[in-house]
Amino acid sequence: MKKLLIANRGEIAVRIIRTAREMGIATVAVVSEADEFAYVAEVADEVIVIGPPPAGLSYLNHESVLRAAADTGADAVHPGYGFLSENAEFARKVIAAGLIWVGPAPESIELMGDKSRARRAAQDAGVPTLPGTQSALSDDDDVPSIAAQIGYPLVVKASAGGGGKGIRLVKSAESLLETIEIARAEAQAAFNSSEVYLEKFITHARHVEVQILGDGIDFVHLGDRDCSMQRQQQKILEEAPAPNLPDEIRKRIRDTSVELVRKAHYVGVGTIEFLYDPTTQEAAFIEMNTRIQVEHTVTEAITGIDMIREQLRIASGEKLGFTQNDIVFTGSALEFRINAEDPANKFMPSPGTIDVLTLPGGLGVRSDFGFTAGKSVAPYYDSLLGKIIVWAPTRQAAIRRSERALSEVDIQGIKTTTGLLRKLVSLADFENVKHHTKYIESDVDLIGGAK
Amino acid sequence: MDIISPLPGVFYRKPGPDKEPYVKEGDTVAAGQTIGLVEIMKQFSEVRAESAGVLLEFKIDDFGIVNPGDVVAVME
Repeated sequence: MKKLLIANRGEIAVRIIRTAREMGIATVAVVSEADEFAYVAEVADEVIVIGPPPAGLSYLNHESVLRAAADTGADAVHPGYGFLSENAEFARKVIAAGLIWVGPAPESIELMGDKSRARRAAQDAGVPTLPGTQSALSDDDDVPSIAAQIGYPLVVKASAGGGGKGIRLVKSAESLLETIEIARAEAQAAFNSSEVYLEKFITHARHVEVQILGDGIDFVHLGDRDCSMQRQQQKILEEAPAPNLPDEIRKRIRDTSVELVRKAHYVGVGTIEFLYDPTTQEAAFIEMNTRIQVEHTVTEAITGIDMIREQLRIASGEKLGFTQNDIVFTGSALEFRINAEDPANKFMPSPGTIDVLTLPGGLGVRSDFGFTAGKSVAPYYDSLLGKIIVWAPTRQAAIRRSERALSEVDIQGIKTTTGLLRKLVSLADFENVKHHTKYIESDVDLIGGAK
Repeated sequence: MDIISPLPGVFYRKPGPDKEPYVKEGDTVAAGQTIGLVEIMKQFSEVRAESAGVLLEFKIDDFGIVNPGDVVAVME
């Protein structure tokens, strides 16, 4: 790999370029007309404008991205997260063009992108799953009796869904068939597939996930994370390792996750997501993400492994080169997502020019941002400005250090989620791990009054 | 009464890529009827006609960029 094209924007594009530079790989940033003067355009070796601001005409445009690769002589494409990162068709086009695709095989993307097939693959590997249908519902299924067996409340999930999209809750038998019909119509509209399946619903669940890494032959896990602090199924505060997880559960989800990717001959980084019910102490598979994730940084903090470096190495055809015993977990890390949103006004997106951007420093504090002071936040894309990652030898020390680090943050000109994050990290319920995926929405003080 | 977008973002005339447009030029629209969407940072807001009338002309194309206060469509 000599020259890497990054088919993404914002903080993850900057993050990828940093590692590529350390490895002596030249970089090409593709940008929309709205991002021509973005920070990434300053740090990349080459910059190519690939289209107008709407993502559909630029970052999601297969032909424009591939043309930029051809024009610049890039020999590899890193898709980052979101955008084209889990698009098997695009992956095939990259490979067909003779380029290195920094990601798993298109077949792996398709397998895990189909939620009911992924669930079956998980079961085959011994990964714990929730009670539910084995595969998508068919017309001959006796749906009410299947639902009664699973028990209420349950959720109807779109097979082609993911990332919290395409899920509907059914509280009792009365609304079952009607909800399935709506879910089918929604799934058809959003994902062009009306396949849905049923799964038991956990009322107060935590979100835990296992990071895996493999070269198609050898596989390791890089431990687990907890991403339970969410708003509308969007993560905003993540940590590693997952706190208060019984040893046997931790071991089971880690080992079976490795087994899942071994059976799939998986290549690259991947995340197996679980719901964990603290009451019954049971974990169950949700889905697998076949890309680098926003929160990979907390795993890097506790393992010392540069995951982008591993992606680039393995995509180039190198062997994994280490075993599970070589991986040492040290301390505890938290990640805070700073979004351009106004928590005091229903999290309304807040585009505009960043007048002041003061980020924290000190031991164990890392800031990964796609912006610098004076840059504009365009209204066209995701609201993530950047992330602050804090490491300390213990979770409690990491919380205290995070409070200190967040107090140093000063961003002016646009509204951000910084104030909400300061509140969240100082909650006794967070320190005591009493939070869950609906915690933020269930506390009016947090969504109403955060400054 | 022209229809104005209060938000910046991308204007869509259809609810989805494979869908029919909400309204066509020359259509009669009711007060409160949705005539398009504005996407700002992945959040979608409906653009509605404030009063009933005939929608004469769109001033912003499908996938066009809008700024706050821009006229999206001209009404009669």
